[in-house]
Amino acid sequence: MMNRIRKLGADSLGQVEEIGEVVRFGGRILLATTRPPFRWRSFMAAVFDSGVLSVALICASGITVGFVLGLQLYNTLARFGAEDSLGTAVGLSLIRELGPVLTGLLVTGRAGSAITAEIGAMRISQQLDGLRMMAIDPIHFIVMPRATALAFVMPLLSAIFVALGISGAYLIGVELLGLDGGSYLAGLESAVEFRADVLQSLVKSLIFGLLLGLIATWRGYSCEPHSAGVSRATTSTVVTASICILLADYLLTALWSV
Amino acid sequence: MLGFANAGRAGVPRAGHPGASIDGMGRFEEVLGHVTEAEAEFGHVEVRGVALAFGQRRVFEGLDCDFARGRISVLMGGSGTGKSTLLRMIGGLQRPDAGSVRVAGDVIETSDEAGLAKVRNRLGMLFQNGALLDSMSVFDNVALPLREHTDQTESEIADRVHDRLAAVGLLDVDDLLPGELSGGMLRRAALARAIVTEPEILLCDEPFSGLDPPNVSRIEALLTHLNRDRGLTLIVTSHHMATSLRMAHRILLLRNGGCVEGSPAELASSRDSAIREFLGKDGAEHLSRCGSEAQGAKG
Repeated sequence: MMNRIRKLGADSLGQVEEIGEVVRFGGRILLATTRPPFRWRSFMAAVFDSGVLSVALICASGITVGFVLGLQLYNTLARFGAEDSLGTAVGLSLIRELGPVLTGLLVTGRAGSAITAEIGAMRISQQLDGLRMMAIDPIHFIVMPRATALAFVMPLLSAIFVALGISGAYLIGVELLGLDGGSYLAGLESAVEFRADVLQSLVKSLIFGLLLGLIATWRGYSCEPHSAGVSRATTSTVVTASICILLADYLLTALWSV
Repeated sequence: MLGFANAGRAGVPRAGHPGASIDGMGRFEEVLGHVTEAEAEFGHVEVRGVALAFGQRRVFEGLDCDFARGRISVLMGGSGTGKSTLLRMIGGLQRPDAGSVRVAGDVIETSDEAGLAKVRNRLGMLFQNGALLDSMSVFDNVALPLREHTDQTESEIADRVHDRLAAVGLLDVDDLLPGELSGGMLRRAALARAIVTEPEILLCDEPFSGLDPPNVSRIEALLTHLNRDRGLTLIVTSHHMATSLRMAHRILLLRNGGCVEGSPAELASSRDSAIREFLGKDGAEHLSRCGSEAQGAKG
């Protein structure tokens, strides 16, 4: 019994210690963004890897989510004779919640895990130590461009997801199920407000991007220096970032409506 | 061009080197490039009372040793005795549990990253696996420290990079990625990167492993040239017995958490069975040959 309590205490202390280390690591990334030179080439390469290469996945996911939403919401709204509200329901759910959250989860799986694996592999092959020995800060050279690129691409990808989701629901509701296109678009236009909905969506995805950038780079940077360690770090990035994104989504929604 | 590619063969004195005298081992003993005997007396790197353990395994217990300025020191010892760890400690990549490490007077173990970066500007390090950035070409890897820390133009950088690559025997590899090089080429490219900024102190972790005999000679010649003509302090770990003994001014044999140090000649005369056993047949033969040459010279 005592051993279990001791282990629980040690594990809890370990978790608190790690949170402190992550916060310090985040501070170092923040500091690195203020220190010249800004690594534009590395940043653009990371934007390409994390953003451009995720566009196909985001497009495919966005349009299929739109199809499903169109179908499900149409059937539900039809029960109450409120099919004309399809545009409103699709727009609000995609812009406020589904767009940023699903984009965050998809980018976590595609780009976040890749960044963890890349930095972890650099750690085990001593490339990070090699940089340190050349008096080059790996956080400035390797981590900062990747973390900032994730924060930069997330709102853009989320916007693409939302646009395609709305288009997908339009195709199902209007073209397939015969809803009036004008009422779909009019409902969408009247219900969506810039500050309450669009800005909230962009802020959410920016924060998800910052969270993912921090978690993905930290996991790679601090992974155990062997191949199983990289594998564990990659899995941990997906799990931790997904949970953090969902929790942050709840908190932001709650705070925004205050 | 700095003429690195024309470095003399290791152990062979070059004409026109004033004040040089050669001992029985074919080494310059009294004048080492820019470093006089008096300067060499001072420890360029000082390790005092260092203790380190990884979990239950103690690597160092009160390790004391000095690495003299402008000298070649070779770290030897069996696997797991802490040769690479000691190099990492000197570079500030590993902090000791106790004791102190000073590099050119700067304390390493308590320095923050900014302090370490200043020290590292004076150091070069060749890692066992090269540690080149695998997403960058060989040229960009070697040019990286120059682009980061100097104001040189791209053409000046290109000249310097090609000079260093030629010195390690690599030609036409500019656009290759590290993954496209053989193990020996990778190691030589990493050495070119380590010396491109002309460091004061070069830490080499197994510089000869994986190299064919001509390239062992080439790298030995290059390192000896850097030490002799530029006063570079060289700290090398190596299992390549003959080459190490030929190059070394000082040998440090790590064992039991501490070290035994001496010149190759002192090691040759040691009656310690553990030392003789470690040196093995190759080392003993080399040392006795050196010893008899020295006797002949004296006679």
